[in-house]
Amino acid sequence: MAEQVVGAALDFEGWTCPLPLRDSPTVVMGHGGGGAMSAELIEHLFLPALANEAPELLGDSAVLDLGGARIAFSTDSFVVRPLFFPGGSIGDLAVNGTVNDLAMSGATPAYLSAGFILEEGTDLSVVGRVAERLGAAARAAGVSVVTGDTKVVDVGHGDGIYLNTAGIGLVPGGVDIGPHRARVGDVVIVSGDIGVHGVAIMSVRDGLEFGTEVLSDCAPLSGLVAAMLDVTPDLHALRDPTRGGLGTSLNEIARASEVGVELDEGKLPVPDVVTNACAFLGLDPLYVANEGKLVAFVAPGDAEAVLEAMRRHPLGADAAVIGTCVPEHPGMVVARTGFGATRVVDVPIGEQLPRIC
Amino acid sequence: MKYLDEFSDPELARRLLDDIHQTATRPWAMMEVCGGQTHSIIRHGLDQLLPEGIELIHGPGCPVCVTPLEMIDKALEIASRPDVIFCSFGDMLRVPGSDRDLFRVKSDGGDVRVVYSPMDALEIARANPDKEVVFFGIGFETTAPPNAMTVHQAHRLGIENFSLLVSHVRVPPAIEAIMTSPGCRVQAFLAAGHVCTVMGTDEYPDLAERFGVPIVVTGFEPLDILEGIRRTVHQLEEGRHELENAYPRAVQRSGNPTAIAMLDDVFEVVDRSWRGIGMIPASGWRLSEKYRAYDAEHRFSVTGIDTHESTVCRSGEVLQGLIKPHECEAFGTLCTPRNPLGATMVSSEGACAAYYLYRRLETPTLRPGAAAPKEVTSVG
Repeated sequence: MAEQVVGAALDFEGWTCPLPLRDSPTVVMGHGGGGAMSAELIEHLFLPALANEAPELLGDSAVLDLGGARIAFSTDSFVVRPLFFPGGSIGDLAVNGTVNDLAMSGATPAYLSAGFILEEGTDLSVVGRVAERLGAAARAAGVSVVTGDTKVVDVGHGDGIYLNTAGIGLVPGGVDIGPHRARVGDVVIVSGDIGVHGVAIMSVRDGLEFGTEVLSDCAPLSGLVAAMLDVTPDLHALRDPTRGGLGTSLNEIARASEVGVELDEGKLPVPDVVTNACAFLGLDPLYVANEGKLVAFVAPGDAEAVLEAMRRHPLGADAAVIGTCVPEHPGMVVARTGFGATRVVDVPIGEQLPRIC
Repeated sequence: MKYLDEFSDPELARRLLDDIHQTATRPWAMMEVCGGQTHSIIRHGLDQLLPEGIELIHGPGCPVCVTPLEMIDKALEIASRPDVIFCSFGDMLRVPGSDRDLFRVKSDGGDVRVVYSPMDALEIARANPDKEVVFFGIGFETTAPPNAMTVHQAHRLGIENFSLLVSHVRVPPAIEAIMTSPGCRVQAFLAAGHVCTVMGTDEYPDLAERFGVPIVVTGFEPLDILEGIRRTVHQLEEGRHELENAYPRAVQRSGNPTAIAMLDDVFEVVDRSWRGIGMIPASGWRLSEKYRAYDAEHRFSVTGIDTHESTVCRSGEVLQGLIKPHECEAFGTLCTPRNPLGATMVSSEGACAAYYLYRRLETPTLRPGAAAPKEVTSVG
């Protein structure tokens, strides 16, 4: 089947192809946006091709049994522009992105790999600065970069520097965190202000200024997760809502667990600068990226203690309960607006697009 | 934020709603003209809070939705040319032409760029003298002044590799077309506040008088919209049909004279086709004779475009307020934001997308496992 598809004139109306990317026969930017198109690409193209027994592929990290130990394993690639932005750099993101994916399984991150794809002509001092930031971020997160790779591509075939990291960490006994484990009654907690990283990047990438400098929230979350696990090993689901934002992460967990999520919109911690930037651009803070936040689904009996533990940690000081899991509308996220009405919080298609007016 | 928080206060909203509930004694159907208002109504669930008989009909005020298919196809053709840098507001990239969209053109190697202002496109033209830089100038009276200013500046600075693909539309002729269409149910209008910020309100008293409909200039925040509805209901109940300005912090009767002068200089009124609706006389702008050299249609002479719209899609009826989005057979099944059949599903300002995103819970067409042969995932 796959042979027929490559290079052939595709009949997307006939709908018999096992690789059903009916929207576009070529890769479009939305496939990388973290929304529905990204999910489709994985579900309909990658998973059938890989056909292994790793449903964990759909979590932030896979948890594997190796010689009696439970190892979390994850990888992430970084193509951010610009390479340095207020509050971070591609080096910081590369460490914290993978560290956080591991932490969302409850793992203690231990070792990372780092792959550099460098564009011919890139200033070596820039490469050096990125490497230094990567090293500093690794030390701050308590992980070691133990293996790596370097490739150079022709000028014009890259964007200065692309980075890939992979990482492993040990999952403590008794911990079983996964997107499918949310239950009706679970309390939904977010660790702090949402939308900050995305607004920070927009402010420098698109030359937009919002009155005050916005710093990315990029940070390693493994310490915060450890503090939460000290309260109870039975955290149900964790997610760090990066691309696609909090709204997408909530939907992913609602679907995987087949529960409804009811959000109290008034309790969402959205800082003024994010509210203003989103109002100005016609974006929704629920779909703007974060790099140092997590959302937790916790049994109601544990919620208060977990929330207190989060608030004692510097990265969870502004943690807030934002909703609960309900038996109604399984797989869907519904927000109660400030006026007492409701709206469905869906998954964006690709990237969020600024509105015209 | 100033002007956001103050106009989203739930207690004040409750007072306005109480007034509306006490005033309304029978059913009324009013149309909010602007897509930004539709978005706000659905996002905050304001329509759920109104008396049962008060119906908001979503108007044709999403600039993305009403841009004619032929113009989208022209944009796609021009953007595909190797010597062109095609600049656009973000949400135009997903609007389907006859067989593709600007995302596809970009994916196929076209240089398509999202900008936040037409002046950014002019800057790109200045920085790339060996390229033709085209900005997709669409929208209502709100987006027209900056586009006019950009063409004016290009002319003044002698930047000749810049041009504007113009598909501007004007609100008052659309109101007239809606009121004269057969089957029209609209009994009042919430006029688009920001259109009136630019153009003032002098065009509306005559429409209110001729068609016997209240026209209330209305803003975009929740309290603005509720106040517009409240004043409209009062007029309807009292049998009045006048122009009222419920958005005085942004709208003056004379509008913005500087912007109007710029529009008069750069644009001239033409008949314009609206996607899903058809030709509306005198409802559009194109570049005036003086600036014709900056008109991308003129510069690129795109011909031989063969447009074809999906037949299932009933976005025309949605735009005219004849049906609600979820009453279309394709809504949420064949037609989703990811796979839009009509322009109303594309922009987050479009009525169908607003319904799809925020109101799927109560739409009867969305049953799990309902016949949806072409939908891929549970998203639909």
